[in-house]
Parts: sequence; C-alpha cells; structure tokens
Amino acid sequence: MNEAGRGAVHLLDEMVRIRRFEERCVELYSASAIRGFLHLAIGEEACAVGVMQALTADDAVVSTYREHGHALARGIGMRAVMAELEGKVEGASLGRGGSMHIFDAATRFYGGNAIVGGGLPLAVGLALADHLQGRARVTACFFGDGAVAEGEFHESMNLAALWHLPVLFCCENNLYAMGTALATAQSETDLSRKASSYRVPAWQVDGMDVLAVAAAARSATESVPSGGGPHFLELRTYRFRAHSMYDPDRYRDKEEIEHWKERDPIPALAEALTAAGILAEGELEAMEAAAAAEVEDAVAFAEAGTLEPVADLERFVTSGAPIPAGAPDPESAPDPESAPDPESAPDPEGASR
Amino acid sequence: MSLGLLEEFGPERIRDTPLSESAFVGAGIGAALGGMRPIVEIMTVNFSLLALDQIVNNAATLLYMSGGQFNVPLVIRMTTGAGRQLAAQHSHSLEGWYAHIPGLRLLAPATLEDARGMLWPALCDPDPVLIFEHGALYNAEGELPDDAGEVDITSAAVRRTGGDVTIVAYGGTLRTALSAADQLEGRGVSAEVIDLRCLRPLDDATILSSVARTHRAVVVDEGWRSGSLSAEVSARITEGAFYDLDAPVARVCGAEVPMPYAKHLEDEATPQVADVVAAVEQMGA
Ligand SMILES: Cc1ncc(C[n+]2csc(CCOP(=O)(O)OP(=O)(O)O)c2C)c(N)n1
Ligand SMILES: [Mg+2]
Repeated sequence: MNEAGRGAVHLLDEMVRIRRFEERCVELYSASAIRGFLHLAIGEEACAVGVMQALTADDAVVSTYREHGHALARGIGMRAVMAELEGKVEGASLGRGGSMHIFDAATRFYGGNAIVGGGLPLAVGLALADHLQGRARVTACFFGDGAVAEGEFHESMNLAALWHLPVLFCCENNLYAMGTALATAQSETDLSRKASSYRVPAWQVDGMDVLAVAAAARSATESVPSGGGPHFLELRTYRFRAHSMYDPDRYRDKEEIEHWKERDPIPALAEALTAAGILAEGELEAMEAAAAAEVEDAVAFAEAGTLEPVADLERFVTSGAPIPAGAPDPESAPDPESAPDPESAPDPEGASR
Repeated sequence: MSLGLLEEFGPERIRDTPLSESAFVGAGIGAALGGMRPIVEIMTVNFSLLALDQIVNNAATLLYMSGGQFNVPLVIRMTTGAGRQLAAQHSHSLEGWYAHIPGLRLLAPATLEDARGMLWPALCDPDPVLIFEHGALYNAEGELPDDAGEVDITSAAVRRTGGDVTIVAYGGTLRTALSAADQLEGRGVSAEVIDLRCLRPLDDATILSSVARTHRAVVVDEGWRSGSLSAEVSARITEGAFYDLDAPVARVCGAEVPMPYAKHLEDEATPQVADVVAAVEQMGA
C-alpha cells in the first residue's frame, strides 16, 4: 500500500474510534455515568480527523463544547477523555470540566469552550504569541455556524487578518445552531463569503469527505512556515443526532436526516478504500474490533477512576501564593524567551483567591 | 496612556487595536496562554463590558477548568470613576462587579508610587490582574523617590493613623478620605485611613485590626451602594469585628443614579469630603 493509501486508512481508523466512543457515551449517559450537557459530533467526524491530520505536534487547537472528536483526533488518550466525561480526577481536566471542557497541555489543546464564539479570540492570541516569538506554528480554531453570528467571530476574523496571524478557522457548518436553522440566523448563508470579506482566504469544503477536509487543511497550513496569515475552512457537515441529550430534535424532518446519513463519512471512505483495493478484506472488522476494545478499556479506566478530594475544591482558582514585592528587577522588561513555559503547570499548592 | 512606548518598543510590542474589546482582550488571554506577558489597555471600565465574556468566562476560569494546566498571566488596565463630567456612560465605578469573580486579582492604585509600582508585580503574577485607575487621578503630580520600585500588591495600607475611627477607601476616594481626616482632626477626631489597594482578594487583616483599635468604621466607595464593594467590606467588618464596634458600620457611596453630566449633580452623586465628615460625626466619634 502506498503512503497516501496508508494515510487514508489511518483517517478511517480515527473516525471509527470517535464514532464508537461517542456511541458508547450515549449508553453511559442513559446509565447516568455521564451527566450534564453531552454534545455529540456523530456524523461530523471527518471535520475533526481531516483537520488534525494537517497539524503538527507544536500547533495548537481551540475547540468548542462539541469536542470529543477534536480531542481524540488530536491525540488525547481515550482514557483521559472518558474519565473526564465521568467526572473523575484521572480525566483530562481532573473531572472539573466534563464533556464541554477538555484541556490538555501536552497536545496544546486549549479547551472546549462552551461560550459560542468565545474561543476565537483565544486562538488569535495564541497565534499572536507564536508570531511574536518567531515560532512557525498554526492555531486551529473550531466553531459552529452559530458562532458566525457572534460579534467575536467578526472581531477575531478582522484582527487575525489585520495582524496576519496564523489561525486556521474551522467552521463546522452543520446547518443548525441548536434549533435555529442557518437560513433563519444569517442574512448571507454562504459563510465563506464573510471570511473573504475580511480578506481571509476561505474554502468551502465537503465536511463529509475526510480526504477533502485533510487536503484543504493541508493547503491552508502550507503557508505557515513562510509567515502565512489566517485561513478559513467552511466544513459543510451535519450532525446525525440531536444538539445535546436534552434536545428533542423537533426542528428537522426525518428525510433530511436520512439524506445526510447516506453521506456518512465512515462507510463512504471504507467503501472507496475497499473498491480501490487499499482496505483489505477483514481490515475494517479488525479496525472496528480494536476501536471497541479501546472504548471498553477507556470505560473500565473511567469507572475505576477516583473522585478529586473535596479538600481540593479551591485548588487552582489561582496559581499559588501571590507575588510578594521583591525578586524581579523592575527596570528590565519581561523577555519572551524567559517567559514561563506555558506547558508547565503552576504551583499545585495554589491558594484560592 | 502609552505615550512614548511606541517609540521605545515599536509596533510589534505596542499594538494599536481596532475597537474590538472582546477580541483584543481575548487575544491577550490567548497570548498569555502562549507564553507572553501581555498588558491590555481597555480605556475605561464602561467599555470593558464588551469584553466581560472573555474576562469572566475565560481569563478567570481557564486555570481552574483545565485542572491547573493553563494559567493566564495577563494584566488588564482600565480607567474607572467619575469627576470629569463625562456623564452616564463614562463615569461608573464597576470594579465591584469584577471583585465578585474568583480567579482575578484587582488592584486600585491611589498614589503615584502604586500607579507605577503595581505594574511590575502584576506582570509577574501568574494569573490575571485587573488594574483600575481612577480617571480623576491621572492629572495628579508628584515626585517619585529615586528608589521607587515595585510595591506589594497583596495588602491594604494604612495611609494615616488614628484612634477614633477607621475610614476605608480606595482609588479615587482615598483623597476624599484623607481630606476628611484632616478636617476631623480640627474637630478633635483622630481618624485612621486605610487604602484598600487590592480589591480582590481583600486584605481583611489590616481592616479588622484597625477597627479593633478604633471601634468605628466608615467605608467610602464611589460605586453604588447596593451589592457593592462597600457592602462587602462592611459585611466583613460585621463578621470579623462585630464585638469591637461601638457603632454600626457607616457607608458613604455614590448615589444610585446613572451619573449626571452637570457638575453640581455629579458632585452630589459622588462621595464628598463633607459627606465623610458628616458620617463620622453621626457615629458619635
Ligand atoms: C454565547 C452563547 N449563547 C448561547 C449559548 C447556548 N448554545 C449552546 S450551543 C448553541 C448552538 C451553537 O450552534 P453552532 O455554533 O452552530 O454549533 P453546533 O452546536 O451546531 O456545533 C447555543 C445557542 C452559548 N453556549 N453561548
Ligand atoms: Mg451548528
């Protein structure tokens, strides 16, 4: 098998992992092991997987509350993600965030942000830090079609374009913001035109085709090493399930959902790879079995997980003891080179403020 | 505000931004996450409301929500307060709202030394620091000592010692409190004046130990009385020094109106020296 073929098989594998993970989440939700809001991206896996495969380990990701797929595709261990959903201290965010707030310093995953549009300015700032420190990195920022109506979208698009910052804006346009259809919310439903109006190069991409997403993300990130600015991908996709577990999903008709399910990114790729002779007989089944085993392992890990001690309730409200007057020289400006490593966790003995 | 900085540090480090409060504050947070130590200047607290989401939902929460993985070493400066006839959209003292938020440190310089010396330790703080600068103090002049440097940003300061009453003030009301203390002295009342300096976390110890000595407290706050910083300070005194008190805690606050433009009304709406003196005298100090 050639390299492209192997790459495609990997993308299929990633999508299968995410799908099986989220399907298992539904069961765990019914069993009350997962609580709170649970937003599934079933049907949208190609967006997460396609974009992530264009990123390097040094790049950063800013995501939304619908981020299990982003987290898994970025390489956060399934155990840590599942434990987070179950509110265990072994979770990615110690069980403090839950489904909507997965964070991981090791993979530069700056969260699940549950304020629609709230992550976009952060992505601009992360890209600004890279620019100022001369690091050729990109920050991928995921958000939905609903976020495009927020002021923060427009402010961030303008700022990133104005300052020529390497942000890859990934709009997962699944045609709905909760029960509000795109056409009900937008005077201009071609979202890529909004980005273009800020002079941000924009592409419309079939978000149900992982190879198309990966190719678009790769070309959008190509210019990063040479100081390229922001790019915008409108990933046209669809969620097969309701907005969240609370949503009765009465605003879409069955035919529409069925129509989109025919374009399910997983069987589409599996069939194409089989037809091309890239996916051997039994390989998909093996992939499925491995994903199922990984999911069960993650569930067992989460279930065996422990709860953060109540005594730690106020830990990490702030980093630690406040800075007393003393040590640093007030005449010397802070040097970005000597700035603290953002990856290093602050003093765990932090007092609350 | 940034006079001379552009010339000294250049346009990469001194950035003029579009009027996008949410985006430029959020970008400050993102840059802080990316290893920088940004200072974001939002003009006035009134405009900071357009960035409230970023400050409250991101800057203040990320460290906690990420289980300690991502701290936000960001400094945000803004003007607050009345006294310049700027009417109801440029004059309010909203720092009390921010003082409600866990995860933020709030500073209010009232002196030249603090205005300069708070900045460096604020920059060194691993977490978000909001600095509220009272607009009426911008024209204050004075000489900084040669050895002026950074100052402590964790505690309140006793600006004047006295034995009969404790007057608690901060930012723009410190001058008012000190003038009131001068007048009271002429009437035989010895007032101690505390400058809060750090509005969150509050330095309870300095306040309570003063009240334990003076047995009376007046809190001066330009913000509205209801749900205010003055209410918080008053509650803490009641909780922590109730049996030391010879009189109920008194408060001199901004009138509960949107700030009027006309000078006589603006004066009426903000704490004046005479109001503080009257409050002390009513306590029977
Ligand atoms: C600022 C804000 N307003 C409202 C909400 C409630 N809310 C949560 S998700 C959502 C819909 C967002 O839709 P979209 O951006 O298209 O993302 P999708 O859920 O489709 O992935 C809304 C309105 C919120 N979280 N934040
Ligand atoms: Mg949507």
